[in-house]
Order: sequence, then structure tokens, then C-alpha cells
Amino acid sequence: MSARPLALSSRIPPGLARAGLLWPSLAIILLFMVAPIGIMFTYSFLTAAPYGGVEWTFSGAAYTEILFERDFLDDSLAFTPDYLIIVARSVFQAAIATVLCLLISVPTAYYIATRSDRAKNIWLFLITIPYWVNLLIRTIALLFVLRGDGPVNSALIDLGLISQPLPLSYNGFAISLGLIYSFLPFMVLPLYSAFERFDFRLLDAAYDLYASRRVAFFRIVLPVMRPGLIAGSLLVFIPSIGSYLAPDILGGGKTLMIGNLIGTQFQAARNWPFGAALSMILLTITLIVLLWLARRAARQQQLN
Amino acid sequence: MSTARMRDLRTFSGFGLLSVGCAVFLYAPIVFLTLYSFNDGRSVSQWTGFSFRWYQTVFANQNIQTAAVNSLLIAVTAATIATVLALGAAIATVNRRSKSGGEGAYVVLTFPLMVPEIVTAVASLVFFVAVGISLGFVTILLAHIVFCIPFAYLPIKARLEGMDETLPSAAADLYASPAKAFVRITLPLLVPGLLSGWLLAFIISLDDFIITALVAGPGATTLPLHIYGMLRLGMTPEVNAISTLMLAASTALVLLSGLLGQAGRKH
Repeated sequence: MSARPLALSSRIPPGLARAGLLWPSLAIILLFMVAPIGIMFTYSFLTAAPYGGVEWTFSGAAYTEILFERDFLDDSLAFTPDYLIIVARSVFQAAIATVLCLLISVPTAYYIATRSDRAKNIWLFLITIPYWVNLLIRTIALLFVLRGDGPVNSALIDLGLISQPLPLSYNGFAISLGLIYSFLPFMVLPLYSAFERFDFRLLDAAYDLYASRRVAFFRIVLPVMRPGLIAGSLLVFIPSIGSYLAPDILGGGKTLMIGNLIGTQFQAARNWPFGAALSMILLTITLIVLLWLARRAARQQQLN
Repeated sequence: MSTARMRDLRTFSGFGLLSVGCAVFLYAPIVFLTLYSFNDGRSVSQWTGFSFRWYQTVFANQNIQTAAVNSLLIAVTAATIATVLALGAAIATVNRRSKSGGEGAYVVLTFPLMVPEIVTAVASLVFFVAVGISLGFVTILLAHIVFCIPFAYLPIKARLEGMDETLPSAAADLYASPAKAFVRITLPLLVPGLLSGWLLAFIISLDDFIITALVAGPGATTLPLHIYGMLRLGMTPEVNAISTLMLAASTALVLLSGLLGQAGRKH
């Protein structure tokens, strides 16, 4: 017997009822999320109005502005790497954060999976709490310990290891650390859930067949973690590349990433088309990474 | 092979140490921040004695109170509306006989999770300005409802998918009307999913900074916006105190949702 589809009332046709249930949420997302992104796309091809907003004349200036600077005097275009550097820095920082999170999380997820049930729950809880704690507060907490006269520097000075405080905050290093700190749980949890049901007898079998520890780890453990590896990389890379708080608070507003550059165009700089063009670039990078990983995951599933 | 030796073969050297390091890395900054919120002096570097004075300052601050009330109002309203909408969407997308169209709906419902937050933030700002809704409490609320929907939707959908489909059918066989079967059978079984969806949406709404910052306009403020403003004036013990309060609130909520999850599993 096949189960009946859920119906709310016998008087309303099920198709109509389903549409009535589904469409309010779809409409809200389409109206307040998809349509705004459509508007942004349009704005990225318009001309900036002097005090924010746009003028309705078509222009590709917002996109050329990323690579070229228009000379005031002779109106010629000159290549400027400034914005390209910011975009490259965002990709680089996000990649570093993803790789380092992976290097920390793979052993951690493995270690958690080998604990007793009780210890496992405690560990998972420890990793989950930061996942839900306010990101602004966590970023402030990291700045608090990294400051020139913060606990890390004080401890190092008290131990006599250094005489001058190390420049731990307001630079690229602090941003990297901030991204890892912010998104590390996003990597540990998917890796763990991919590995959770691992049959440890497979490892025993590998050792019985004279596999070395290294071979056993890379040929048995890592392939099992792979779906989590893909999901985790996505969950770290995407919020990292568009991150606003880490560069803003830990980078001290000097070392910008694309998120801050976008924010500024809608606040102080007031160049909406340029900000819209940057948003489109960030969105495109994000969607390419998403699609690429989704296709890899799908191929992986087909192979299994 | 002895159990001890088997355990030994399953452990890789250094993994335990790295895991402990990982936990220390995640918690040390939070612990230091909390510790110094109880510092008596004005300094955030020198420990001068234990006191609650910064908490008293925080509680006496009218602006912080307003911001906190705003944050709570927005989080409760956004989470509730998002949960109701997500419940409808989950019922419509799960349990369908024909699979067609389900994928499209799923992509739209989880779309807010795929767009970088800063892009959502500026797109919402541009949209509200373009259609002429003045920035303030209403625009914050609307933006929050949108990004809360997927967080409420996913746990409800998971719960619904895990549900025994034959139960509503059994109710129908016993002459319960579809409405009655829904209210008496489906809804009670969905409660854990609804609660965890609501809690997730609530926490996410309370957590948000960048989207709120751009659509808030000059008038309205939330707790994260206020804390960010305080930080602009420098690291002060008040920042530590209010941050500690928010940490405590989030931790309590996570604990609560964990307990609810465990209670849900027992049934």
C-alpha cells in the first residue's frame, strides 16, 4: 500500500493546497532575495550618481574600473592592480583558511570518531557551541587575545621569549587566523559525520595486509572522509571569501578583502554600480566553486 | 590480538594532541574575554581585582537595553514567521508523489545559504531603496525573515522525511479528516523539528551583523550593531561584559536545543 500524500482538507484540491503551502516562502525569497540580486546586476551596468544611487545611462565603467583607472586629464585608461590585489587577497585568504582548517579538522574528526560514546558527545558539543556563538563576539574575543597588550603578547613577554609585543593583530596574519577561528567548526562537523559510521575493521584488514600507517590513513581513512571534505571546504571557503568582520575588525580596516570593498561602496564611497559589479564578481566566484564541488560530489556518488 | 593493541593500531600519534589544541584554540579567546569582563579596573590588560561593575554599567545603559529589546523582538518575530512559512514549504516539498518541481523549490528555499552575506546585504539595501521602503525596523525584519527561512526549513524537512508516512494514513483509515489527522498526528510528531528550526532561525537572526548593518538605516539598532559601535571607540571592559552576556545567551540556547534534540530522539 502506498502512503497517501499529506492533505490538509478534503475540500481543497491537493495541488492547490500544496501550492498555497509552498508559494508564500518561495515568493518571499524570490521577491526579497532573487529580485534584489537582479536589480544589482542591472545597477552594475549603470552610471554612479554623485551621492549614492545610480543614473540610468548604460556603462561598463564599473567593471573596467576594477582593472583600470581613468585619468582625469586626458581621459585615458591606465592599469591599476589595487582592486585586483584585493580580489586576489580574498581568494588567497579563503584558500589558506580552507586548507589549514582541513589540516586541523581531519585529525580532529578522526580522533573524535575513535572516542567512547560519552566522550564523543562531549567533543561534538565542544565543537558545536562555537558554531552557534555570535560571530561578531567571537571575532572581538580573538582581537582581545591578539592585541599588542593582550594575553598572548603579555605571556610571551613574561616568559622572556620576546621583549617587544609581536604584531599579531591588524594585519593579514590576524585575518587568516580570524577566518580559521570563525569557520573551523564548519569543517570538523561534516568531516566527522562522513566518518562517523566508519568500520574500523577495514583498518585492521589493511594492517593485516601489511599496509603501513601512512598508506592505511591515505588509502582507507581519507577516501571515507571525502564527502565531508567537500562539504566542509565549501562551508569554509564561501563565508571566508566574502568575509566582512574578520578583515574589518582583525585587519583593522587597512587590509581589505572584497567584502569590505563592497560594503564601502554602499556606505562611505557611494559608488553603487562599482559595488554592484564587485558583488556580481563575488557571487560568480562563489557559484563556480559551488557548482564545481557539487559536480565532483555527484561524480563521486556515481562511482560508489 | 588484544584490545589494547587494536586500540593502538587505530590511533595515529599526534591526533589527540592536535584535537586538544583545536579545542583550546576555539575556547581560549572566549575564556579570556569572559575573564576580563569581571576585571575591576578600566584597563583590559591589567587584572586589578574581581568585580561586577561593568555588568552594572551595561544593565544601566539605556541604549543597550533598547538595542537588546530590538534584537529580541526581531529574532522572535523573524524566527516565528520563517518557521510557519518553512512548515508549509516542508509539507509541500516532502511527501509529494510526483518528484517534478521539487528540485526547483529546494534550490530557491536554500538559495539564501548560497549567496555571500555581504552580497545579500547590499542587494537588500539597494532593493529597499529602489522600491521606496524606508530603512528601519521593518526592513531589518524583512531581511531577517528571508535568511531565516532555510534554517527553519531544513530541520523541519528532515523531521518530516524521517516520519512514518503510514501514520496519517492510519488516521485517515480511522475516518479522521485530513485537517484532524494533520493537527492530531503530523503536527505533534513534527514538534522537535519545528522547535529546532525555530531555535536555529532565532540564533541566526540574533547573530547577524552585516545584513542588519546595511538595511538598518540611521534609526534602528540591534545588539550586534551597538556592540560594533562600542568597539569603534576601543576595547573597553563594557564590550567584554556585554559580549560575555551574549556568549552566555547563545550557549544556553545551544544547550537547550541539544537537550530538545535528545528528548526528541528518545520518543
